[in-house]
Amino acid sequence: MNADCIVIAGSNMAECHPVAFQWVTEAKRRGATVIHVDPRFTRTSALASKYVPVRAGSDIVFLGALVNHVLSGGHEFRDYVTAYTNAADMLPDEFTDTEDGGGVFSGYDPHTRTYDNSSWQPTGERDLTLTHPRCVFQVLKRHFARYTPDLVERACGIEPRDFAAIADAVVANSGRERTTAWVYAVGWTQHTTGVQHIRTAAILQLLLGNMGRPGGGILALRGHASIQGSTDIPTLFHLLPGYLPMPAADDADLNGYLTRLPDTGFWGNKRAYMVSLLKAWFGDAATTGNDFCFDRLPRITGEHGTYRTVLDMIDGKVKGYFLMGQNPAVGSAGARLQRLAMANLDWLVVRDLTLIESATFWRDGPEIATGELATEQIATEVFFLPAASHVEKDGTFTNTQRMLQWHHKALDPPGDARSELWFMYHLGKKIRARLAGSGITEDAVLDLTWDYPEVGEHADPDASAVLREINGTGPDGRALDGFAQLAADGSTACGCWIYSGCYGGGENQTARRVPWQQQSWVAPQWGWAWPANRRILYNRASADPAGKPWSEKKAYVWWDAEAGSWTGHDVPDFERSKPPGFSPEPGASGPMALGGSDPFIMMHDGKGALFVPSGLVDGPLPAHYEPAESPVGNAVYKQGASPVSELYPEHKMTRDQLAPGPSEPAGLVYPYVLTTYRLTEHHTAGGMSRTLSRLAELQPEMFCEVSPALAAARGLENGGWATIVSARAAIEARVLVTRRIRPLRLPGEGVIHQVGLPYHWGGNGLVTGDSANDLLPFALDPNVFIQESKVATCDIRPGRRPRGAALDVLVAKYRHSAGLPDLPDNRPGGGVS
Amino acid sequence: MQRPVADVVAEAGYDDPPERVGFFTDTSVCIGCKACEVACKEWNALPGDVSGDSWASGAASLSAAPPDALALTGMSYDNTGQLGADSWRHVAFIEQQVPAGHGTALALADDVAESDGTRWLMASDVCKHCTHAACLDVCPTGALVRTEFGTVIVQPDICNGCAYCVSACPFGVIDRREDDGRAWKCTMCYDRLRGGLEPACAKACPTDSIQFGPLDELRAAAAARLDELHEAGEASARLYGEDPDDGIGGAAAFFLLLDEPEVYGLPPDPVVTTRDLAAMWRWAGGAAAMLAAGTVAVFARSRV
Repeated sequence: MNADCIVIAGSNMAECHPVAFQWVTEAKRRGATVIHVDPRFTRTSALASKYVPVRAGSDIVFLGALVNHVLSGGHEFRDYVTAYTNAADMLPDEFTDTEDGGGVFSGYDPHTRTYDNSSWQPTGERDLTLTHPRCVFQVLKRHFARYTPDLVERACGIEPRDFAAIADAVVANSGRERTTAWVYAVGWTQHTTGVQHIRTAAILQLLLGNMGRPGGGILALRGHASIQGSTDIPTLFHLLPGYLPMPAADDADLNGYLTRLPDTGFWGNKRAYMVSLLKAWFGDAATTGNDFCFDRLPRITGEHGTYRTVLDMIDGKVKGYFLMGQNPAVGSAGARLQRLAMANLDWLVVRDLTLIESATFWRDGPEIATGELATEQIATEVFFLPAASHVEKDGTFTNTQRMLQWHHKALDPPGDARSELWFMYHLGKKIRARLAGSGITEDAVLDLTWDYPEVGEHADPDASAVLREINGTGPDGRALDGFAQLAADGSTACGCWIYSGCYGGGENQTARRVPWQQQSWVAPQWGWAWPANRRILYNRASADPAGKPWSEKKAYVWWDAEAGSWTGHDVPDFERSKPPGFSPEPGASGPMALGGSDPFIMMHDGKGALFVPSGLVDGPLPAHYEPAESPVGNAVYKQGASPVSELYPEHKMTRDQLAPGPSEPAGLVYPYVLTTYRLTEHHTAGGMSRTLSRLAELQPEMFCEVSPALAAARGLENGGWATIVSARAAIEARVLVTRRIRPLRLPGEGVIHQVGLPYHWGGNGLVTGDSANDLLPFALDPNVFIQESKVATCDIRPGRRPRGAALDVLVAKYRHSAGLPDLPDNRPGGGVS
Repeated sequence: MQRPVADVVAEAGYDDPPERVGFFTDTSVCIGCKACEVACKEWNALPGDVSGDSWASGAASLSAAPPDALALTGMSYDNTGQLGADSWRHVAFIEQQVPAGHGTALALADDVAESDGTRWLMASDVCKHCTHAACLDVCPTGALVRTEFGTVIVQPDICNGCAYCVSACPFGVIDRREDDGRAWKCTMCYDRLRGGLEPACAKACPTDSIQFGPLDELRAAAAARLDELHEAGEASARLYGEDPDDGIGGAAAFFLLLDEPEVYGLPPDPVVTTRDLAAMWRWAGGAAAMLAAGTVAVFARSRV
């Protein structure tokens, strides 16, 4: 709302985040320029000041060219860049860039498809003039030098004058007086290069001085309610609460484990965070003598992401599966493999509001229709447990803006429906009762604190008691006021250090709803934002190195020399009394190792990272790679697709999953780009919308969106049927012919057609249809293992798809034309493994 | 009949009524989310086009084509179609080709077939709650009434389903429900107004495209918004239904549009269909009188 320019890219904000989008409309009303960059003209484009179409999967070229525009034109916010980023860091001679390595960085091993990042480590010297050829700033400049408007036209299909208009708007709306915000969602993340899309935007925003300032930043719009919360208190295999890493098999003890986190900056207090977490979980059982029960935590031995788990299910390595609010039979990429995997389990527990497809695939899934699976041969025991909806239980949501908002239970859930909290708590109680009678005395589950007050006739655990445990308590049992109070000696307990303070003063801060008229424009008394109720992270960067706001217009927090304290509109994201001129003692650790003008306090050096020496497995700088499936070659490097993306080439089910590339002889069998997405009217895999008549009727049928040119070329009629075929599957959809989908002309490549496919439909509910996710491969970003569901290749033909076994024949026919072998099947009993 | 009415509520006979209220629907910020349609149906317990839960007990078959009632209309993202007995809010979606440089449009190279710009208009339509309401004029049972808020509602327990109101409405808003034959339309959430709450659609609208409030305030807000858009270069922005001097005496639910009303399916110059009724009766009366006089004359002459 305070931005002067908002660029929405990789997000259809108006459709998928309509409530948050009100602030974009408000900013626009105040005069902000709103730009939308997307493969499709959506309801977001309709409200934007400017819309620019882009080829799906080419975002790094577009963003990299903006970086190049800033650097080559000298548009960077020099004072900010020099003081607050690692632009001055010097890199060693051994580091070689993609420019010199044919599209890969130094340290690449083509056999293991991994990087050794030792040559990426800075030398420790800094060049504050930013002129040395080996300083990050100069390396960055050379790296992006070939990302030109001409390249943008060839790779993205964006015309030079449109690119220039965006570049001019972003530069003109950045600096001391103005700020530009970037907004993205899964349009950027769901790629084999997903993390690097956001990295490129981060580089751009750091160069323009748009981080830590009002109206700036990069907004990660989360997929649906409390997805932010599910990474803070994670459902992810590699994290513990508060972004502490999950212990690995080789973490022998707590000390060894803690060396994986930085010693300097605010991670320096890692022992206090971790010990307090162990105290919250294991209570009195956690003592200094037993390493606070560190050995009770499970260990990971490698990647255990959802797609790996599915392959493990197919291999018989995973026997049971809990699905809680997830419908992979419709909502996950490669949905056929998801269903085949679930058909190979011993047991499956589905907790959802209605009988979703993942609960009924064994009797009516698409593979039953084709004959690939037979109900009587599926041994999976499926338990369906009805779940309470969010209005039927107390709890919090943590959404995009890191804000925890309490929701009160409005009515009792119907029948046997219960909350997740009830389920996990009572499941734990039952397991503990069994263990208690088994003679086992040493066990992680028995050691857990499992003592929440029970309320109501169904003995629901009190959700506010859980929140209080997450907030943390001191030696006297009182709720802590923030993570600064956490101790490493076991005297404090805290379930998630970044949430500490949400129950500060013994009150549920997340339930606050003070109207905006009754508080400051930052609205600190509306809910509670982590950490420490800060509304903008790293807001020390809103002031110059001396502690003065960069401009009066964009003043946010500043140093009050008289009071000897940081102050401002928000809670300063800095130690209150550390003066701007503070310089750390050599060898200092924790926050004291950072200077008074190092705003990025979670980084070991307090600097914004233009160059990332460690933490990413696919390179210290973003480089453009084509998607795993693409109709065009890489216009930038010899290396086509990401050299390190996770494609599971070793597994039989995924070995030959991809369509051939454009340079291969059979490269035109799947000539079109498909992209999947959501509509306002439906909720993800449809379990919460296709079952409700007032929502289902709004978008009653699965459809595809195509341009008039593609419709004419392939004989498709508006309102008629089309069959979309990929190397994995074929589905049918109604046709919506619309000029909102535009063919893109890529000089040298010809015209690229994109096919839009919403992914909400499945076989159950009031409105049914084929699932777009059936078409997608298992192709993942190697950092976070998110699937590439925003781009793949396909063919599209008029008419409905064949029924029964003939459907598999159609898919096989295409695969043969493409030179691919038949899809392996996985009939239970006749198994693959 | 077609005269400006200073206080339609007082004229309806209410003593000391509350302020006349209405909707200002600013389509320039409508994002087509249809939250208004859903909130309206939820609050007013209007049925969806698809209902029943037979799918839950039996295996749904992918091979079965959905019944026609559930089919995609193929009209952009509009699957509601029009206002009706069970749809009291309707979001229209209009995809337009416009010269490059207008709206969010931009040009593409000539050798790509679509070398023009795109504009996607969205607008949530609703009963206008006219100052001169023809539906109310023609209702023979008194089922249609003017409320103390100045709105026009159908009382379902009085409506006999004659459908005079259906043909009288200049906007095609009122519709009869097939199963019970009675007429239904937007009540501006009369029950919520009585309880001091704003109507469900306005409450649910995330971008404030639907604004609810005292009509005078809304008209002032609309005028200011129009100026703002004109200054921003949106020359085609205009208000629709806000003028008390128009053919319906001004609507309590009026709009800011970005194109001609016809583009949105709205009549360009709506007139209360009963405007000429008095004159028609006068003419009819005159004709009858002449006829009678002629008859008398004939008989009188024959007597002679």
